[in-house]
Amino acid sequence: MSLDKDQVQQIATLARLKLGDDEYAESVEKLSKIVDFVDHLSEADTTDVVPMAHPLDVAQRLRPDVVTEPNERDHYQENASFVTDGLYLVPKVIE
Amino acid sequence: MMDLHTKTLTELAAGLDSGEFSSVELTQAMLDRIAAHDEALNAMVTVTGENALAAAGKADADRAAGNIGALNGLPIIHKDIFCTRGVRTTCGSKMLDNFISPYDATIVERMANAGAVVLGKSNMDEFAMGSSNETSYFGPVRNPWDLERSPGGSSGGSAAAVAARFAPAATATDTGGSIRQPAALTGTLGIKPTYGRVSRYGMIAFASSLDQAGVITRSAEDAARLLGVMAGFDERDSTCIDEPVPNYVAELGDSIEGLKIGIVRQHFDEGLDADCGARVKDAIAAIESLGATAVEVDMPNIDYSVPTYYVVAPAECSSNLSRFDGVRFGHRAENAEDLFDLYCRSRGEGFGDEVKRRIMTGTYVLSAGYYDAYYLKAQQVRHLIADDFKKAFEEVDVIAGPTAPSPAFKLGDKVDDPITMYLNDIYTIGANLGGFPAVSVPCGFVNDLPVGLHLVGHHFDESALLRCAHAYQQATDWHRACPEDFA
Amino acid sequence: MTWEVVIGLEIHTQLATKSKIFSAASTAYGAEPNTQACLVDLGYPGVLPVLNAEVVHMAAMFGLAVNATVAERSVFARKNYFYPDLPKGYQISQYELPIVEHGELFIADANGDDKRIGITRAHLEEDAGKSIHEGLDKSSGIDLNRAGTPLLEIVSEPDIRSAKEAVAYMRKIHTIVRYLGISDGNMQEGSFRCDANVSVRPKGQEEFGTRAEIKNLNSFRFIEKAINFEVERQIDLIEEGGEVVQETRLYDSDKDETRSMRSKEEANDYRYFPDPDLLPVEITSEYIETVRGQLPELPDAKQQRFVSDYDLKKDDAAILTSSRPAADYFEAAVAATEAKPQLVANWVVGDLSGALNKDGLDIGASKISAEDLAGLLTRIQDNTISGKIAKQVFEAMWDGEGSADEIIEAKGLKQITDTSAIEAVVDKVIEANPGQVAEYKAGKDKLIGFFVGQVMKETKGQANPGQVNQILKAKLSG
Repeated sequence: MSLDKDQVQQIATLARLKLGDDEYAESVEKLSKIVDFVDHLSEADTTDVVPMAHPLDVAQRLRPDVVTEPNERDHYQENASFVTDGLYLVPKVIE
Repeated sequence: MMDLHTKTLTELAAGLDSGEFSSVELTQAMLDRIAAHDEALNAMVTVTGENALAAAGKADADRAAGNIGALNGLPIIHKDIFCTRGVRTTCGSKMLDNFISPYDATIVERMANAGAVVLGKSNMDEFAMGSSNETSYFGPVRNPWDLERSPGGSSGGSAAAVAARFAPAATATDTGGSIRQPAALTGTLGIKPTYGRVSRYGMIAFASSLDQAGVITRSAEDAARLLGVMAGFDERDSTCIDEPVPNYVAELGDSIEGLKIGIVRQHFDEGLDADCGARVKDAIAAIESLGATAVEVDMPNIDYSVPTYYVVAPAECSSNLSRFDGVRFGHRAENAEDLFDLYCRSRGEGFGDEVKRRIMTGTYVLSAGYYDAYYLKAQQVRHLIADDFKKAFEEVDVIAGPTAPSPAFKLGDKVDDPITMYLNDIYTIGANLGGFPAVSVPCGFVNDLPVGLHLVGHHFDESALLRCAHAYQQATDWHRACPEDFA
Repeated sequence: MTWEVVIGLEIHTQLATKSKIFSAASTAYGAEPNTQACLVDLGYPGVLPVLNAEVVHMAAMFGLAVNATVAERSVFARKNYFYPDLPKGYQISQYELPIVEHGELFIADANGDDKRIGITRAHLEEDAGKSIHEGLDKSSGIDLNRAGTPLLEIVSEPDIRSAKEAVAYMRKIHTIVRYLGISDGNMQEGSFRCDANVSVRPKGQEEFGTRAEIKNLNSFRFIEKAINFEVERQIDLIEEGGEVVQETRLYDSDKDETRSMRSKEEANDYRYFPDPDLLPVEITSEYIETVRGQLPELPDAKQQRFVSDYDLKKDDAAILTSSRPAADYFEAAVAATEAKPQLVANWVVGDLSGALNKDGLDIGASKISAEDLAGLLTRIQDNTISGKIAKQVFEAMWDGEGSADEIIEAKGLKQITDTSAIEAVVDKVIEANPGQVAEYKAGKDKLIGFFVGQVMKETKGQANPGQVNQILKAKLSG
């Protein structure tokens, strides 16, 4: 099944990816090939088959409700380029 | 002092033990090799010379004081997907080009505590997405056996570094074959443990239900030693299982008499290079002559492995990579007009083509209207494939076959067609889907290029795989072969 | 055209754990920005979530308290969208398999009868961080301290038919979560938030009308006003020939109106899928029974018991059981006095509440303990003082002047019950007011109040009013 440019544009928007014009053309072509390829899955008979989200059949482990993380804000913020008064900055958002 | 690089990890450990050389000497020798040869290979992203020598000095001091960890003084390389505190961790991407990790991955911590010396971080396909190490922001890695060819991927840097004897071992990760396939293409041994055997904490996530950390070495003995340090419960990873870690080294020598090997009928078809197939068959025959028996097993759904993987892995990665937005770390676009612009350009600029493609594929297969047909369907087929393995494992201990459909291909060969590239993982992907442990063992050459034998085991039975590989390596010496230029 | 209002409420309550749902950072309110955001909360590369046991415990308690099914198996799912307060670019929530389903609670409808409101589900999820938009020039500032705080999202069936019912439901949930100790329900601090889905339809129509969602209502008063405004708006719109648009709206409390919100995501395709970093949560029936055994007495049961055991008026019982501390205070006071429980109720609901409100205190910080209040009420009951004098004593106690007995002693407030003493004062008053006496004897019965007042004035309010009345009447008739 082929994708068209509008679909690819929608997907890129959902995924917050800016693509150049030439990138769009290439993406449409390659994504269509990939989707065609994975379409083969429809040939498999999966009646009554339970979807497998994890390779191992185990339950979630629980952790005791204890605070063990200290304040390392300054260390962590060394990797951020725009910080003021301990706040991470982004272009102003209007709600 | 010459030729330290020709020794395996186990041999080096013995040398340190007997005082033949110090860790500082050993480390310096490795650093010198990297400096002399990496330009040709581009296997390394960051070389941590100062840190390495300091660690080596400490290891020597510890040794003198009788404080000798399992990896004391031994030099290793970490794939640049593992977070290393205070050291650049790029994941092969522009997005993390200048990211200095504030913490160590669990396996990095464990190996350091055992006394290992880290020489640096190896090159890889960007965000572990690729089978040729051509998607890296830092340029492709070259195969030491033929510099025009790819070493495989995504752990191409780790594989090339070990093959070129920059270090006796390198850590690596495997989501669809990223340890095993490069190991096969570079004549090294690469093991992907059972899903949940090794902690994923600090391993930058690609596809969370498929990713596993492992090692690339030259021998099963070396892998056993390293796995013993890496494996085991970690409370910081919910998917890491609290299963006791066997003494892999001690169990290596156990006989493989009576070991039952399954050969998948569907594997030896026209997709497999005939000569590779022949090498693999020879290897299986050799193992049989050591006491194992081989039978054919049927895995009717195995041909769906690759399409299943290329729905599940992109879906998970599309979500895992959403955190890269330039706000708290990573590449940030300049002069963003608004939030939308900040996100779209930071990510558009920071990610390479293959990564963007997989994010978009994943976004598509999870989106409204497509979820059932793709993601849900793929998870169902995944179940079928895992069941095929489980059924086969009722009869056999180990499943054997080729690791890759052909030997190393030329750089640039498969870059244009995504599907051709994806099919490189055709034999390895099944183990990831089912969470089974698997190893690639060097088993010969085709046109002077290495070929790998692929073995898959029961959940948590890494021991059977290592025993089998070890027995084979006692009887053969493919694993000792070294590329001419790096002898 | 008669319109029917259809309302469904989604309540997000922060669970009062010490650490976050998936990380071991603190959840304490009010810290400096980003000082309680660890690597897991910041969504750093390579980090992983691990589930807090107490969160499961609290969700199970809630499920049992609303008669719901606590799922043996529930699954965390990722809700994918981009927003700066959501560092991973997805929120870990629950989608197809929530931890609690099919519950109910009862509110009083307009006639005071019990009305059942269904609870579709309650699920666990992580809270997002906070954005600050003021004072940062052309930027917004992100504080991720709150990111990762555990939330229980409680979704009602669309069974609510008026703003008043909505408030009653919200109050009931508020009471329950505080009773269980799973949330402090502090709306100012954002630990209890409500979104309302409101639609209208012609009475008798089965189909639901298009609904609008009103977000982040953080007080009982605002919920009522916002819903009322929205209902009016929708009805007016339809009656003018327009159509209600399915959208998200914010309530502006200054203007008392709802307005359309700029959408966060153009097309809200959240692409839910099971979170591969977390495994299914499995709960055994043994676990559920253990939790059931640990449940405190719940508000409805407690209210009923107060009515039957203490013979209280239903309204008083409702007020006293609206919080566990109030109920506990009341019972402690009752246990410490022979005075009737209704008397205790009157004082707790009346004077004590008044004093607490005036000083802005919770009952837990009351300046008069339950035992001390009991001491005061005992003195009313045994006639040491009158109810009126008691109010004086109460105020003095509130000001920290001592116990009831100490104050009565110190101020000499003991009620005068000595008949001859009262007679003496009555005689005095009668003598001093011959005019009124004459009028009274002539038939102006109401003047008894005047005489009582005079006697009280003479005795500084300390004469026993009953005896005063009796003696006055006797002497005036004679």
